[in-house]
Amino acid sequence: MHIFRDPRTILILLLMPAIQIILFGFALSNEVKNIDIAIYDQSHDVASRMVIRKIGESPYFNLVASIDNMNDANKLLQSGKAKVVVIFESNLYNKILHEGRGDVQVITDGTDPNTSNAVTRYVQVIIAEAQQGLTNNYMPVNAELSMLYNPQMKSSYSFVPGVMGMILMLICAMMTSISIVREKEVGTMEVLLVSPMKPIYIILSKAVPYFTLSLVNLTTVLLLSVFLLDVPISGSLFWLIIVSVIFILVALSIGLLISTLVDTQVAAMLISGLVFMMPVMLLSGMIFPVENMPFILRAIAQFIPAKWYILAVKKLMIQGLPVKYVLTEVSVLVGMAVVFTTISLKKFRIRLA
Amino acid sequence: MTGKFSDRERVIVVSELTKKFGNFTAVDKISFDVYKGEIFGFLGANGAGKTTAMRMLCALSIPTSGTALVANHDTMRESDKVKSNIGYMSQKFSLYEDLKVWENFRLFGGIYGMNDREITEKSNLMLDELGFMSEKNTLVKALPLGWKQKLAFSVAIFHKPKVVFLDEPTGGVDPSTRRQFWELIYKAAHEGITVFVTTHYMDEAEYCDRVSVMVDGRIDALDTPYNLKKEFKVEGMEGVFLKLARGANRKEI
Amino acid sequence: MLKYLIEKEFKAIMRNKFLPKLILVFPVMMMLLMPWAANLDIKDIKVAVVDNDRSQLSTGLVNKINSSTYFIVERYAKSYNDAKTMVQNGEVDIILEIPENYEKDQVREKNAKVNISVNAVNGTRGAMGGAYLSNIISEFFSGRNVSGQTALINVATQTRYNPTMDYKKFMVPALMTMLLTLLCGFLPALNIVSEKEAGTIEQINVTPIPKFTFIFSKLIPYWIIGFIVLTIVILLAKIIYGVSPVGSLATFYLLASVFVLVVSGLGLVISNYSNTMQQAMFVMFFFMLIMIMMAGLFTPVDSMPEWAQLIAGINPMRYFIEIMRMLYLKGSGLSDLTRQITALALFAAAFNLWAIISYRKKN
Repeated sequence: MHIFRDPRTILILLLMPAIQIILFGFALSNEVKNIDIAIYDQSHDVASRMVIRKIGESPYFNLVASIDNMNDANKLLQSGKAKVVVIFESNLYNKILHEGRGDVQVITDGTDPNTSNAVTRYVQVIIAEAQQGLTNNYMPVNAELSMLYNPQMKSSYSFVPGVMGMILMLICAMMTSISIVREKEVGTMEVLLVSPMKPIYIILSKAVPYFTLSLVNLTTVLLLSVFLLDVPISGSLFWLIIVSVIFILVALSIGLLISTLVDTQVAAMLISGLVFMMPVMLLSGMIFPVENMPFILRAIAQFIPAKWYILAVKKLMIQGLPVKYVLTEVSVLVGMAVVFTTISLKKFRIRLA
Repeated sequence: MTGKFSDRERVIVVSELTKKFGNFTAVDKISFDVYKGEIFGFLGANGAGKTTAMRMLCALSIPTSGTALVANHDTMRESDKVKSNIGYMSQKFSLYEDLKVWENFRLFGGIYGMNDREITEKSNLMLDELGFMSEKNTLVKALPLGWKQKLAFSVAIFHKPKVVFLDEPTGGVDPSTRRQFWELIYKAAHEGITVFVTTHYMDEAEYCDRVSVMVDGRIDALDTPYNLKKEFKVEGMEGVFLKLARGANRKEI
Repeated sequence: MLKYLIEKEFKAIMRNKFLPKLILVFPVMMMLLMPWAANLDIKDIKVAVVDNDRSQLSTGLVNKINSSTYFIVERYAKSYNDAKTMVQNGEVDIILEIPENYEKDQVREKNAKVNISVNAVNGTRGAMGGAYLSNIISEFFSGRNVSGQTALINVATQTRYNPTMDYKKFMVPALMTMLLTLLCGFLPALNIVSEKEAGTIEQINVTPIPKFTFIFSKLIPYWIIGFIVLTIVILLAKIIYGVSPVGSLATFYLLASVFVLVVSGLGLVISNYSNTMQQAMFVMFFFMLIMIMMAGLFTPVDSMPEWAQLIAGINPMRYFIEIMRMLYLKGSGLSDLTRQITALALFAAAFNLWAIISYRKKN
């Protein structure tokens, strides 16, 4: 409860989730766009100009330079000023007309394999379109694509559940562990322990304020997602909140567990902030799909509560599925809460004995 | 104002020193002088403004108005010169607990510009005098409080400052350790170090050459213990203190 | 004077029960695990096929899809609804629905279409998977129409710097940056404020020690820790992933040392303004998360909206990740990195100057 006397910390704790959800909701996107592209046109004819015009119009590309030698191309790629260079051979249009075949070379910076892949694809599509324009020979469309649950392909749909999981986990676990360890360090814990209060009440009295704070944070995050980021709650709000509350309880119990394991605030902070941050970011499926990981990591990921929470939120909030689809996730989370709480209560009693 | 030191050089010269926190005047225009080699007792109830005043003299806190000269340097404008000439022992034990005894000497000696050889010689000498040689390699956090206090004092006078400021140095230690501690103070004073000490133990006030009593941020009395007792017509310093404190408006904090 | 202070910082770190372990074990753990996790390679996307045609053509198409490394045809579903349930249960990512009489229509009119429905909740996997699948289907048909019209413009592609398109090569340098930022940022952030809580700062403030010396003595240890961590991760990257910088190792260390100064400086500034470790931790944490997420570590900076790119522009981590990736994969030299180096140097100067100014010996 000391925390409520410290307006600065309170402000941070309340503002942090809000700012982060806004920032990340808008800014994070795995979609590849605004790619810096350079053109080396040796042809300067109808064909090359048509492709260049289409590249210029494309939202995916950002034309940074027109060059006239390979040396410049190498330099641009090396310095990162261009991510891709498109080279048109001379007399492109003539060759297409007379030889039935013209060459365009695309050199991509493969540092980021995904960007590189995407860039290659975009260029191919643009060139194919241009070719149709040149020959008036429209290719049949072979497939109709529809995006389920997220028709506009907004990346906030996939990031919001992740950010929710991360923020709730880190803030709750960190707050609880630090505040309990702080009492240990200052020595006030001893005073509480000799009082006739049962240990369970001492722990409850520590957890309740943070629980409340977390609920406030949850509300902020949900409101911002819905009204600012336009991420709908397609499923049942009631169950979304229930699942979130369970998740908050898991986070609190983890904080409790950490606090029974360490003696100094620094250690509690570093464990909850640092050692937890990377796995939660990387293994929870927030950014990187768990399905892509090798077996061992997939196994480890099963023990990360945020992974289950994020799955459940995706199903409930974005996909709008009824609660029966998240039963596994919910039971895992409940199980975790029970296990962590039991272990830390045991540890707490041992310290008393 | 009488005292056997009044003909000596003045080491601390304070005039009209004031510190306000918002509307609250913690220290209210205090003026006094402290002479070289003197043990100057700074008394007052909790919240009377002792620590605030002392922090200003140590250039840790900036006065709202008034001036203080310590070792002939202005605490405002020449704070670094003031700091190289003083030692300080705060109310809360503040040596590095995760350093060993000798390492604390080494650190603070080093900070005041002593070299390795000087530091080693001096710390061995001091530990020897304290009868503390056996604990040289002990981590400070493992020491009992009384020893910690003595160590803190030794560190505060390690670089031979002109003045040493002690803020309630004997808080929480047993009477025999307190006596030993005062022996250390006497010894330092004998070596020419001026001692500026706050305390709320009245028996300790008797050990001082001169005593000032702060009430509500003002200095209400300043003289030798003998003269004060005579003036207030009481047996001990306790009586002096009670008579003065009765006029206080501030509640104890 | 400085010597004694630095000596003290090191003793304090070494005697802490937890810190030396953290400094050694944390980087090792992270380097062992994380490059495998931080993987956006698109492969093994699970497809459910609803084949209402059951013709030679549809079977051929499905086989073609199944033979690609990107896709696994996980299930055949009886109906679209059946397949949708599989999506809801998370069993498959994409539904491919082939209409009745697909083969006949295809032969007759050449414009029969299949339907692809993507579970777009998983951003990258969904979007990329959908696009790849349409590509494969187009390829399938362009291979069948041997009219020769399709390949008028031949696009030859060449991938530089990471020709095997190994995602780990891309992530390892970035993860190194993250480790360096976390360790060399959090530890100093907690340092000064912990002296405030312990009261030892008083004893320092009453000495004539110059602010500059004090801040410097706090900086140096983290600088050295940074070097240790860096060496550990470079070795691990080489041993485990066979990734070593194409560029010069000296340049690498030089720039890393500037970067460590930036994050440690930031940590010290925050420590100066905080009254309790808790405060310092939360503030640092706040900045860390923003720095990490806005650094192009996980998602490309170029894809961010304009305003977010501006924020990324004042993010030192972003510049260092660029440097790391360029050094590691492209072997860029100092001359290619002038923009990033200038930015880092400015940050280092600004933060540390700020740390010196904001450290108050008086109040």
